[in-house]
Amino acid sequence: MTGSPLLEVEDLRIDLNYRSSHVAAVEGVSFRIDRGETFGLVGESGCGKSITALALIGLLRQPLSIGAGAIRFDGREIQRLSAAEQRALRGNRIAMIFQEPMTALNPVSPVGRQIAEMFVLHQGKDWREANRLAVEALASVRVPAPERRVKDYPHQLSGGMRQRVMIAIALACGPDLLIADEPTTALDVTVQAEIIELMRNLCAERGTAILMISHDLGLVANVCRRVAVMYAGRIVEERGSDDIFRASAHPYTQGLVDSLPRLGSRAALGRTRLTEIAGVVPAITDFPDGCRFNPRCARATDICRTTEPETTWLDAGGLVRCHHHA
Amino acid sequence: MKLGANLVIGGALFALAIFVGLLAPWLAHTDPVMDANLLNAEEPPSWIWWFGTDAQGRDIYSRVVHGARISLTVGIVSQLVNSVIGVTLGLTAGYWGGWWDDFVNGLTNLMLAIPSLIFALAIMAVLGPGLTSLLIALGLTNWSFTCRIARASTLSLKSQGYVQAARVLGYGDFRIMITQLLPNMVGPIIVIGTLGMGGAILAEAALSFLGLGVRPPYPSWGSMLSEARDQITTAPWLSIFPGLAIFLTVLGLNLLGDGLRDILDPQSRSRRT
Ligand SMILES: Nc1ncnc2c1ncn2[C@@H]1O[C@H](COP(=O)(O)OP(=O)(O)O)[C@@H](O)[C@H]1O
Ligand code: SF4
Ligand SMILES: [Mg+2]
Repeated sequence: MTGSPLLEVEDLRIDLNYRSSHVAAVEGVSFRIDRGETFGLVGESGCGKSITALALIGLLRQPLSIGAGAIRFDGREIQRLSAAEQRALRGNRIAMIFQEPMTALNPVSPVGRQIAEMFVLHQGKDWREANRLAVEALASVRVPAPERRVKDYPHQLSGGMRQRVMIAIALACGPDLLIADEPTTALDVTVQAEIIELMRNLCAERGTAILMISHDLGLVANVCRRVAVMYAGRIVEERGSDDIFRASAHPYTQGLVDSLPRLGSRAALGRTRLTEIAGVVPAITDFPDGCRFNPRCARATDICRTTEPETTWLDAGGLVRCHHHA
Repeated sequence: MKLGANLVIGGALFALAIFVGLLAPWLAHTDPVMDANLLNAEEPPSWIWWFGTDAQGRDIYSRVVHGARISLTVGIVSQLVNSVIGVTLGLTAGYWGGWWDDFVNGLTNLMLAIPSLIFALAIMAVLGPGLTSLLIALGLTNWSFTCRIARASTLSLKSQGYVQAARVLGYGDFRIMITQLLPNMVGPIIVIGTLGMGGAILAEAALSFLGLGVRPPYPSWGSMLSEARDQITTAPWLSIFPGLAIFLTVLGLNLLGDGLRDILDPQSRSRRT
């Protein structure tokens, strides 16, 4: 528990390989997450959040691969670990939950068994003990009547209940890091709030760090202490959650902030339209020269179209990549 | 869920065959092999000899009842071997892909190109007649359909969220195959297996008829047909009853297979709706 971070990503590049050529889908991505910390990764769909998460747990598969950089978990470089060592980390010390609670559970296996499997797999428990722990795990995610629910099949549960089961599975072995990739996107708004609250509380109790991934800046900033904003495969700004609303430095981040519905002032006006960022995320194969955001950026000048901006460390803490940052 | 007529009738016929096979020693009136008595040779069916007697005076009813054991053993055991081979090859080929997939595909196509009965005949010719050879020959030659189904199921299941999730949770390849893939393909595998059992019983009859299967005096339905060949006009009951037993059992298995397909195989279910 010295100063070493739990997760350290350094200059990560993810290549998309076509036969002989390859293009970088993610490039120059660096961030660190300390033990028990909550860290968010935000950006529009297609900007490379999910593949970054897969890279962290060593599950990128062709045509994607890690092109450069290092990922260190608890001081050990993930790429250097054997397949068996990586498997022993996954689900055990690094867990992950996804967007689709509908499909992430095995339809022909009772949910209790799917939870119990984690104890058998990672902790070598026998099935009797594992089944008992599964009931406890289900109780801990506030599923009512867990001793009966363990026998249910996924189709017997609502979307919210299934996501609770997924959380129970993910947290079963007491991981150090929980990666949540759009964990509530498929759920109703009311259920969303419950699930997020549950996830946050459980992780806080157990000292589990969270890497929360979403296109929804509001959601991420609400859960996380620090937020990194990703655009077209690069991190363009990283700030404390409060700063990002009060004083976002990057035009893209400002666009995300402006597109959020706000309680209070603006909501009171009722009819104020939310401002969307014009245009779409470019495809990996035609990222523009210079700053990748330049075709959509109101502040863009000539230098933006030719030269990639360097990282600027802000006095207030955090970093930004923009020639004309605020 | 409404049970189809196929399922009920097929299930009843197959259950009857199993029942007869299991209780053969108690259901039979005489010993199927030893109780020969030339004094009552070739008796037609009567109250005493329900299905008549053969040229050596053995009770056809008792022989058909005991024959159920052999036919069902051949059907069940050989199909089990086929299913295990087919699922193992198809699942691993679909999951791992690459050269192993190419190899399994090539082997499957080869098996499909050669009629399995011809293949089994060749194996029997090498191993010689007998029950064990029969089980080996039929067990090794009819896994290609199962293999194809297992491979195709694996390919479509592989991209399912719960298979991806299992990988993320640290499951190894074998655990994924056993817990995530296999249970989700049992439906079609059972359907193919049921139909295959019927096929194996027919194949046993054919091989035994050709003198390559179960050897007389032990009664299998096929070997009984084989022995009855010469008396088909003079003593038709010698062939009618074993033939009927084969017909009803295979019909039962086919109906059962179709009935199971309706409830177990999601593809045919979606095709109908
Ligand atoms: N298996 C794949 N093959 C080719 N391209 C992929 C693959 N997976 C993701 N991509 C591409 O990588 C980019 C980033 O994808 P992703 O990480 O899923 O985005 P996000 O999660 O931010 O929405 C997208 O442009 C996507 O099309
Ligand atoms: S570098 Fe230029 S184009 Fe890029 S975000 Fe900043 S101002 Fe806009
Ligand atoms: Mg994604």
